[in-house]
Amino acid sequence: MSPEPMDAYTAPVQPRPAPDQSSRPNRRLRSDLKRDRWLYLLALPGILFFIVFKYFPMYGLVIAFENYSPFKGIIRSEWVGFAHFERFFSNPDFLLLLRNTMAINFMKLFLFFPLPILLAILLNELRSDKYKKLIQTVVYLPHFLSWVLICGLTYLLFATGDGFVNKVLAELGADKWVVLTNPKLFWIMITSQSIWKEAGWGTIIFLAAIAGVNTQLYEAATIDGAGRLRRMWHVTLPAIRTVIVILLILRIGEIMDVGFEQVFLMSNGAVSEVADVFDTYVYRVGVQQGQFSFTAAVGLFKSIVGLTLVLLSNWLAKRFGEEGVY
Amino acid sequence: MKLSTGDRVFNWINIVLLGIVALITFFPFYYVIVVSFTDPTEYLRKALIVFPEKWSLASYEYLLSTPFFVKSLGSSAYLAIVGTLCSLAISSSLAYCLSRRRMRGRKAIMLFVLVTILFSPGIIPNYMLIRELHLINSYWAIIMPALSSGWNVLLLKGFFDSLPTELEEAAAIDGCNDISIWLRIILPLSLPALAAFGLFFAVGYWNTFFNAMLYLTDSSKWPVQVILQNILINASTGDLLSTAYTEKPPTETLKMAAVIIATVPILLVYPFLQKHFAKGALVGSVKG
Repeated sequence: MSPEPMDAYTAPVQPRPAPDQSSRPNRRLRSDLKRDRWLYLLALPGILFFIVFKYFPMYGLVIAFENYSPFKGIIRSEWVGFAHFERFFSNPDFLLLLRNTMAINFMKLFLFFPLPILLAILLNELRSDKYKKLIQTVVYLPHFLSWVLICGLTYLLFATGDGFVNKVLAELGADKWVVLTNPKLFWIMITSQSIWKEAGWGTIIFLAAIAGVNTQLYEAATIDGAGRLRRMWHVTLPAIRTVIVILLILRIGEIMDVGFEQVFLMSNGAVSEVADVFDTYVYRVGVQQGQFSFTAAVGLFKSIVGLTLVLLSNWLAKRFGEEGVY
Repeated sequence: MKLSTGDRVFNWINIVLLGIVALITFFPFYYVIVVSFTDPTEYLRKALIVFPEKWSLASYEYLLSTPFFVKSLGSSAYLAIVGTLCSLAISSSLAYCLSRRRMRGRKAIMLFVLVTILFSPGIIPNYMLIRELHLINSYWAIIMPALSSGWNVLLLKGFFDSLPTELEEAAAIDGCNDISIWLRIILPLSLPALAAFGLFFAVGYWNTFFNAMLYLTDSSKWPVQVILQNILINASTGDLLSTAYTEKPPTETLKMAAVIIATVPILLVYPFLQKHFAKGALVGSVKG
């Protein structure tokens, strides 16, 4: 076996210029590049895509430090340093956005995050495969629906006038239940929507991890006298611990994100105080009012915090002896 | 094995509990389907519909006669088909190259791709880029930014890594270059996997809302999700639902019919998605 992967393309064996050691790696590189020229050509469109649509916007973030003017362009616009960041942090909006973002995300972390784990463990305990399959088919479906549809369904079910819930309440002679324009319910409504859409889908990854558990572990636990719940607690749960940690890391990295589409679609004048988050703010002030530089700074702040949190939680997970993501 | 009483009780509680979860998930669909097929006069007469006495296609007939709505379905279908084909081409070509170990610099390119997962520049720079490229009001403004992503390349590369290399070696001896190997050997071999990825891309394009709202200011170009937002959430049904059709069913039943029509394509591909998605959702958990 050759140490290098077998390939039939190796250019015709070249006479080795033994004395001149320094030029060998170079020549090797050049012949490799020549041999693989079609491969590089094939990779080119994809690489160009990443340069234009992923890296060019990163370069565009320079405007966060400028007073960007479309007429002058990125290069000639006036440089203002951290002025936009200072303006943002001293703006009362900042604390409001941070509060709303954190509130929604912590609610999701505590109420939503454990649910797929619980659901997966319960699904795993079902004895009938047909029933299990049926439940899975139903609860996976909402994942594929757009946020527009989910929010539309929410309106159809909970609208104060024509919504299903309020029609039922009216039939029962009860008072109307105001959901969509109630600031007190906004965060929990957003969380519930996310649960309805994604909790079922979220079980897949845990079910796969559970499927990998050696059944002898369960048998051994049974012989040791462990009942159903204790087996779930002492065998199933530890088996999926790594996956839980990985997902938690990814989740913490997204703590500055609150699915823009969902919040944008569900917000209205009555709830704007509790519904405004970083992305909706950037959209409103940036895209609609045209303050590009200022909102680019807001976006950059958000991305940097997100990146820092992922790397930090990844590092923490590794310190505690878990497998990280990166 | 004989079950203990505790086990049996647990089983029943479990069955009932998961049944309730499934019912909660399914109920909104049931309600919307039932009302969308309810006869308009019955809907107006009754305060609450749980099961219609008289079924009717009136809402669907009306909706499918409105030019705006029908056109938006076409736009979404166009985005889903063209977008998916372009996405597959771009993502799979790059992923294939990155799975060839002899390629120099592939680790660097991989890193270059993966960094984009960790750091995203946000809404404004992307918006400016599309404006600079003069793509406003073009469907390419929606397709191009979604052509690929770090995750997609990572997942597809994982798939190509698992293909045996003997075939392409034989082809190379026969004088094929890498591009024709990819086109004539690798792609046909990978059709099932590409179909699975394609379905996910297609669902993504069909569901695309934010970019369409952002980049398509011309309402005649709107895909179905933007129309739905206007009908369902902004309740601006006037212009969008105008038609030559004479009798207009109640707005509520129209809304529900619109929801169902926009969901049908997803339902059609759902069995195929379900067959493949466990794989797709899993690869994210595997260390790259």
